[in-house]
Amino acid sequence: MSEWWTYRLSNFLLFAPRTYFRLFELYNAAIWPAQILAFALGTGLLVLLRRGGVARGRAIAGLLAAAWLWSGVGFHALRYATINWGAVYFAWLFGFEAAALLGLALSRRAAFEKPADGAGRIGLGLFLFALVVEPLIGPVLLGRRWRGIELFAVAPDPTAVGTLGLLLLARVRRRWLLMAAPVLWAALTGVSLLAMEARDWWVAPAAAAMALAAAGRQGSRRRVPGAAWRPAAR
Amino acid sequence: MRRTLTRRGFLATVAAAGAAAAVGPPRALGRPAIQAPRPGPILTRPIPSSAAGERLPLVGLGSWITFNVGDDPAARDACTEVMRAFFAGGGRLIDSSPMYGSSQDTIGYGLAKLGHPPELFAADKVWISSGEKGPAQIAASLQKWGIPRFSLLEVHNVMSWEEHLPALFALKKAGKLGYVGVTTSEGRRHDEIEKILRSQPIDFVQVTYNAADREVEARILPLAHERRIAVICNRPFRRGELIARTARSPLPAFARDIDCESWAQVLLKFIVAHPAVACAIPATSRVDHVRQNIGASYGRLPDEATRQRIAAEVAKL
Repeated sequence: MSEWWTYRLSNFLLFAPRTYFRLFELYNAAIWPAQILAFALGTGLLVLLRRGGVARGRAIAGLLAAAWLWSGVGFHALRYATINWGAVYFAWLFGFEAAALLGLALSRRAAFEKPADGAGRIGLGLFLFALVVEPLIGPVLLGRRWRGIELFAVAPDPTAVGTLGLLLLARVRRRWLLMAAPVLWAALTGVSLLAMEARDWWVAPAAAAMALAAAGRQGSRRRVPGAAWRPAAR
Repeated sequence: MRRTLTRRGFLATVAAAGAAAAVGPPRALGRPAIQAPRPGPILTRPIPSSAAGERLPLVGLGSWITFNVGDDPAARDACTEVMRAFFAGGGRLIDSSPMYGSSQDTIGYGLAKLGHPPELFAADKVWISSGEKGPAQIAASLQKWGIPRFSLLEVHNVMSWEEHLPALFALKKAGKLGYVGVTTSEGRRHDEIEKILRSQPIDFVQVTYNAADREVEARILPLAHERRIAVICNRPFRRGELIARTARSPLPAFARDIDCESWAQVLLKFIVAHPAVACAIPATSRVDHVRQNIGASYGRLPDEATRQRIAAEVAKL
């Protein structure tokens, strides 16, 4: 891209903000009543997390993979791509995350556990935020329509934030690889919403930054001799 | 040999702009639109390279952002009403690009609903780095518009213009295309545009020009005028910024002298009064706005002194 310094953020916005938020209204209408299933999936993840164990960890990873696949295909590829040709690449990003989570589900090393440290508590908090609070920000605080509510497991933003939260509770190798796509999406959606001058543009990037900081702290603790990360007692 | 046009000589021709903008009857289309009485017939300007003397109304219709509504039926119908009002007001040129998301589909939807108005001047673009893939993209664009040929095809942002222009000239020669052009926006790649204007037999050039962004006045507009290349002006309101800036400012008294009822019309007339300009292409998704915009194709145009006053007023805001 020549003369890149002359471009402003708004130059990359292909659609009007009302078109973007209307997209969620049409999407929700098209997938109804999948939203009930999505909320049940979210609460189901909490139950699985509470009970712990490898088998339930694999189930958590598998359900997260399904959520990413749904958001990638159902939202990005089939909806968002109608107004943003870049959404095809977002769909691939979500497909990559779904594949990585599916790989984790099949690996027999998928252990998720209840919060055992500060980072874990931040993770649980982020997941609950994505499941309950984040969807309400638009309709309750910003005057967007309820019909356009963005829910965990079907809409990309809460899915990414909720996944980052759960990954802070995961005891898996190469966790950074699983965190890459949600963090990247959080940055992309933040930039998009900023270009749209949406007041909640900072929510997903702030959640991702918090998750990264917590993961870094957790990782450094694990590397300190004698401070090995121990799973919570069951 | 072409005569070199000095800036002074060029500005002197501004006084004759009103004469250059001849008149033609607006054609109503479909159900009659409710609109304020127009001060006289619609103003048009000739396409300099047209052997048949084809003319364009001074205001066209852009589709950047506003027509990118996906497959939302309500929004598509709203855009169709914008197009209906545009044609009813005497408009002809609709501009789009493969880059504009679903805008081409929205235009095609609207044209089908309106029964493919014969006055349409379909302006689209080629926007792909590979010259080989250009024809396939053009075919896809035609399918989205639902029309057999484009009136005008431009190389979007001069992307791979060395590869695309020969193909577009061949289409024109074969009678499958009316005119050929290139585009840029927001002041970018002007050196390249100038090189193309000097070396290629194009019919149109599209640039950003408005009361605040006047860089093209120095070289591009005089050169286009000299080379008999029609100029289409995008971003006439700087993506709404100029309208927002004028929102709290009363309409200047001289607006009445140029038959303007709104700041939008003043801003558009600033652009289209320039003798090198063929038309401006404001984009909107509102019927009241498109009626206001097309209204700038009617009545008296500002002379050069008034254009300077408009620019000064905008600079103060």
